[in-house]
Amino acid sequence: MAFDVTSGLTLFDKLWSAHEIVRRDDGEALLFVDRHYVHEGSFHAFDQIARRGAAVAHPELTFGVADHYVPTRGSRATIANPEIARMVRQLDDNTAKHGIRLFGLSDPRQGIVHVVGPEQGLTLPGLLIVCGDSHTSTHGALGAYAFGIGASEVAHVLATQTIWQRKPKRMRVTVDGKLGSGIAAKDMALAIIARIGADGATGHAIEYAGSAVRGLSIEGRLTLCNLSIEAGARLGLVAPDETTFAYLKGRPFAPVGEAFARAVEDWSALRSDDDASFDAEVSLAAADIAPIVTWGTSPEDALPIDGRVPDPAREPNEARAQYLREALDYMGIAPGARLTDIAVDRVFIGSCTNSRIEDLRAAAAVLAGRTSKVAGLVSAGSSLVKQQAEQEGLDAIFRDAGLEWAESGCSMCVGINGDLVASGERCASTTNRNFRGRQGPGARTHLMSPAMVAAAAVTGHLADVRPLLAGRKP
Amino acid sequence: MDKFVRLTAAACPIDIINLNTDQLLPARFLKRPRAEGIGDALLRDLRFDSAGHEVADFPLNRPAWRDAKIIVGARNFGCGSSREAAVYALVDYGIRCVIAPSFGDIFSGNAVQNGLLTAIVTDAEAADISAMLAHAPDLPLTVDLETQTILCGNHTYAFIVDPVRRAKLINGLDDIGLTETYRDRIATFAAEDRIRRPWAIPGGVP
Repeated sequence: MAFDVTSGLTLFDKLWSAHEIVRRDDGEALLFVDRHYVHEGSFHAFDQIARRGAAVAHPELTFGVADHYVPTRGSRATIANPEIARMVRQLDDNTAKHGIRLFGLSDPRQGIVHVVGPEQGLTLPGLLIVCGDSHTSTHGALGAYAFGIGASEVAHVLATQTIWQRKPKRMRVTVDGKLGSGIAAKDMALAIIARIGADGATGHAIEYAGSAVRGLSIEGRLTLCNLSIEAGARLGLVAPDETTFAYLKGRPFAPVGEAFARAVEDWSALRSDDDASFDAEVSLAAADIAPIVTWGTSPEDALPIDGRVPDPAREPNEARAQYLREALDYMGIAPGARLTDIAVDRVFIGSCTNSRIEDLRAAAAVLAGRTSKVAGLVSAGSSLVKQQAEQEGLDAIFRDAGLEWAESGCSMCVGINGDLVASGERCASTTNRNFRGRQGPGARTHLMSPAMVAAAAVTGHLADVRPLLAGRKP
Repeated sequence: MDKFVRLTAAACPIDIINLNTDQLLPARFLKRPRAEGIGDALLRDLRFDSAGHEVADFPLNRPAWRDAKIIVGARNFGCGSSREAAVYALVDYGIRCVIAPSFGDIFSGNAVQNGLLTAIVTDAEAADISAMLAHAPDLPLTVDLETQTILCGNHTYAFIVDPVRRAKLINGLDDIGLTETYRDRIATFAAEDRIRRPWAIPGGVP
């Protein structure tokens, strides 16, 4: 057995100790890395190991994915922008040089690294996974210890297949009950961030628990864990269960047959003991969670759709009032405005947060037979998700609504492939960051679920999706 | 990596909470190779307006703080994206220390790899230091990593730093070099782990 019978341990404790090679007196431990995902942005790390003359220690545990810079529109065979072409080519060259398997632009499995890893069964329960991207927390949805790292750490992992870490504190976020109709994992995640703040879980590993979390599909859990970093936590976890095992069975890189059965036996021990204690506990009632949108420039600036944005004049704390004034000024919203009075200029459905098949189905369920009042882009999370959506006819629904159906990549979430929101434009977006300029200099971003983005598209303003779903198949 | 022991320099207060790495280094500069230097892109969209003109009242553009080597920030400094180039931008600009009440976890890890000290003080202390600097912009700060203190005028503040990171900064240690001394233990772990967790190998067990 990989994991002994224990008492008093959290899921995170078990994952940590299974990877500990060395623990020093000063509290730092050297951990073994099971999967390392690299992308175009990893070039700094490849340059660092080249300068040292170091080899990649375990290329068979390292996987490349082209996602951050890839074009989603126009020709992908010949990339028009030479700087972007160079970024994509660098990844081709670096992975080829070191014998690393690449899901590159011409691979039918290409997509966003945090979509491709789970989809291919590369991400498994009990693994330690790192990637030079903060949203690596996503993979915790399958019970993996997964976190984002910087370029120097990427170089360290390439050269040694290990990483030095100090054990984080443990936080449990429990959501019990049943989410209302039209309420998604994204709403749950934004409700948690609004409650604890953008730094509420800094220094902590979050375990998501409770009946509402158990009730989420793997796609929903991926969304929830993805947004852990927006609450400051480097990682989020959901204990693996039957939903997890069913999702993984038959995935290309997952264990097969007897080996899978053996794995499931081991993975079944991956849960917090009943008597485990956490450094921090947060709980929410699922029934209290409404559709949520962000209004400001941090994911913590999130409110239920029936609310109004804050009014700095009514804020007694001057520092907070100043923050509110600056955020509202950047967003171009009047103090105290009703959220549903905020008109949008465009919509975006995509990103490692919300671009999986269920996300596309949820948006399509709202858009079917309707027309978007604004321009918009839909970029599936992977080329395989895109193919599946097309088989289900979802692409036709998006196109008929007037939205653009694009290839897969990080696209308009971070804008570095050229998919940008223009300065001053307001975008209803399924992404993860409403930071100033995130979707382009001067761009204004409102975060929400795919169904809520669809509602904004058909109404032309921020809107509650629930009335639009009345009489439709959920 | 440059060592950090003690620094006396101009300090620039930037009182923006959740100052994320997208602000420190906007994404469009991420393509630039390290060798070209990236200091000019630091806080680009806050230091310059959309027409490319300097924003006169942004702190780092004020004459007294233009050449600051220390930034006094607010809560959750460096949250967001893991881009280490945000640290490169600070370091290339000339910043060697950021003082703030809290930092994004990935950012502070990246900082130590590049000789940038992240010193944690309380909210009230950060506000105090910023207020003193606003009153006396030329007042230099002295940050002493050995005693973990900040000297600001007649006031001394203790700061918190992870002891391992402190040792790395003082000694200028390199992680890969250190880890290579554990090569045998890593190999033993990996061999035993293949038996303990056969399913951890991609593609399962043949």
